[in-house]
Amino acid sequence: MDPLIIARLQFASTTIFHYFFVPVSIGLAFTIAVMQTLYVIKGKEVYKKMTKFWAVLFLINFAVGVVTGILQEFQFGMNWSTYSRFVGDVFGPSLAIEGLLAFFMESTFIGLWVFGWNRLSKKLHLASIWLVSIGTILSAFWILSANSFMQNPVGFEFADGRAQMNNFGAILTNPHLWAQFPHVLLTSLATGAFVIAGISAWKIARKHDLDMFKRSFRISITIGAVAAFAILFTGHWQAQYLVESQPMKMAAAEALWETSEDPAPFTVYATVNPDDKVNDFEIQIPYLLSFLSFNQFSGSLEGMNQLQEMYEEKYGPGDYIPPVTTLFWVFRFMTGAGGVMLLLGFYGMYSTRRGMLPENKFYLKMMPFAIALPFIANTCGWILTEMGRQPWVVFGLMKTEDAVSPSVTANEMLFSLIAFTTMYSILAIVTIYLFVRHIKKENHDEFEPSVAQDPFDEERGAEHVS
Amino acid sequence: MSLNEFWFILITILFVGFFVLEGFDFGVGIVSRFLGKNDQEKRVYINTIGPFWDANEVWLITAGGAMFAAYPHWYATMFSGFYIPLVFMLLALILRGVSFEFRGKVENDKWKNTWDWAMFIGSFLPPILWGVVLANFMIGMPINQDKEMVGSFLQFLNPFALLGGMMFLMLTITHGLQFITIRTTGELQERARQLGRKVAPITIILFLAFIVVGYIISDVFTFHGQTFMVLPILAWISLLFANLYNTQKLDLNAFGLTSITIILLTGSIFIGMFPRVMISSISDAYSLTVYNAASGAYTLKVMTYFSLTLLPFVLGYTIWSYYVFRKRIKKNDELEY
Repeated sequence: MDPLIIARLQFASTTIFHYFFVPVSIGLAFTIAVMQTLYVIKGKEVYKKMTKFWAVLFLINFAVGVVTGILQEFQFGMNWSTYSRFVGDVFGPSLAIEGLLAFFMESTFIGLWVFGWNRLSKKLHLASIWLVSIGTILSAFWILSANSFMQNPVGFEFADGRAQMNNFGAILTNPHLWAQFPHVLLTSLATGAFVIAGISAWKIARKHDLDMFKRSFRISITIGAVAAFAILFTGHWQAQYLVESQPMKMAAAEALWETSEDPAPFTVYATVNPDDKVNDFEIQIPYLLSFLSFNQFSGSLEGMNQLQEMYEEKYGPGDYIPPVTTLFWVFRFMTGAGGVMLLLGFYGMYSTRRGMLPENKFYLKMMPFAIALPFIANTCGWILTEMGRQPWVVFGLMKTEDAVSPSVTANEMLFSLIAFTTMYSILAIVTIYLFVRHIKKENHDEFEPSVAQDPFDEERGAEHVS
Repeated sequence: MSLNEFWFILITILFVGFFVLEGFDFGVGIVSRFLGKNDQEKRVYINTIGPFWDANEVWLITAGGAMFAAYPHWYATMFSGFYIPLVFMLLALILRGVSFEFRGKVENDKWKNTWDWAMFIGSFLPPILWGVVLANFMIGMPINQDKEMVGSFLQFLNPFALLGGMMFLMLTITHGLQFITIRTTGELQERARQLGRKVAPITIILFLAFIVVGYIISDVFTFHGQTFMVLPILAWISLLFANLYNTQKLDLNAFGLTSITIILLTGSIFIGMFPRVMISSISDAYSLTVYNAASGAYTLKVMTYFSLTLLPFVLGYTIWSYYVFRKRIKKNDELEY
């Protein structure tokens, strides 16, 4: 087998699996911080109980996110050493700063938060979870600054055959980063919110601890609906930016083979035929693509065949068209899932405000299934981002086929692929099992702190070590 | 001092910090399932590292990121070259990381036993593999003119590397046991002291063997002059005194000394490699150095600003977190894991 294919499969499986957990961590950390803030401000025990209930899920999720993240960082050197040598100057600093700024903060304060309920003052303890939340968000920012360099390389010059950084400011102000980061942040908040809302709906339908879960639902659905609404704009903004910066990616996502007429219609359904480079069948809505791309009902978009010609002229002979069928459909699944989330979010917000949620059995039954929506959208979004950039690993600079480690054999890579996917499967099964187990418990009073104080404890107060 | 040299020092500090901090985590992870006679006792042992282990692992992740940023060739050559050992190390770290979180979630002996084993394997393999890696760092690896490591992974398993693996495993066990003595009380503490006394001779002998053989077959301990041999020897003496203090129940002194042993040993290996970051066994000319493996001057400058600004904060809240959790853990405490 070709090491390139195995390395790519490994990258895809690691990234997709890791990214099941990352947005949940970002979203849950934020929502839990909001819950605990309500506890500290209002002083109601129900908010504390709520914080502790969701914390159990958050911590299981966080642990899996952390351990898969180590591989996410190390795999560049392991499978993609040529890439690492080529871009280390510009790509490495983002990862190093992510560690120094975000990972240390997250991991230290999560320790303080988990073990500090009885050891820190209420406010310091609350500050800890907020610092964890800020840490997760900073981490997203820095890793996206690295990814943005792969999509739209800026702030570098060629020296000694490598891309060397010459403008750090340009990397931080990379327009791709600022199109991508708000979108990722909001979709992560929506993911966490839908996890909480879906589980709360299930609990409400079963009348488990109604007070706690109705409040949980209300907090999460508000965050979810607001985020889903804002995502409309960040997604739209990002797509418009991509039409400019990576027209091939967007043309593939639209299955647009030939440069469109003006105004351009939006293709709802297409039977893509990549061999003949045409669509055998398509259903279109006139004007819509022009509007989505340029905010006006005119303007045409370049097709893949024209872009291919242009790229051949610019970069030499080669196939510059990414896998069209996959991109066309992941784009539609992503936006479709986002649309359904928006509707469910607003409907949920409306019905909680009207106080009619517990009676709405159909909605409560649907919400647990709706937990899948953000995961589908997130995964499709990353497939679009990464596969849509092919054949490049760094757009316009380095092709994926030239990036792989020359000293690692196909067998070694296959071994690691099998080993890690087996490990991922085990982690996935155990995580889901533990989630379901925790959710199914009817009595949640055990999360109340049991104050273990021993009056005859001679060491209390007087610390002496050794 | 040029920034190329400065970044070598910084990465050395990150790795040394990782070995000292995660060293006792590994040790605790290895011994807890044997030292604890029942579930509650095991939990006390595991909770001694509860608030810390995750942040301790970040030292490694940050070291990896810093290598990537400051010396891309070092990162690329090492991570692709030590491919198979790294796969096992990562599998172990994954198992270990989740085992802390998973083990206490279900009240079932089989479940707990399974994750206790995962914790044991996940804590047992990495120190062996790090010992193997460090030993190979000392004797050099077949790096060719393209900065690529050639040959099969079996070459890493030479006798010196295996000695390094065993030595480092025992060192983390000793270090972990000393950590337990400063974090627990009563019978649980005494049990760690006793076991520490029993394993000390093995650790001391393996350590001596490692530095003697290392002195003979590698230039690392004496690369900058014979006097530098004083560092590994001091590390060994420090280990001897740690054992002495352990028998006298001066636990904090003993833990301080095992920490110093790890600092001096790993520090002396990095110092002796300098200015090389990876030694080629094919030709000295192919060795990676802080100059030919490095990023451009601009990257190093930007990274220097960032790290010098951030490190004081990181060290500050890390120390604070150890201060917050300075209280020893007792059997009837409320435990998280």
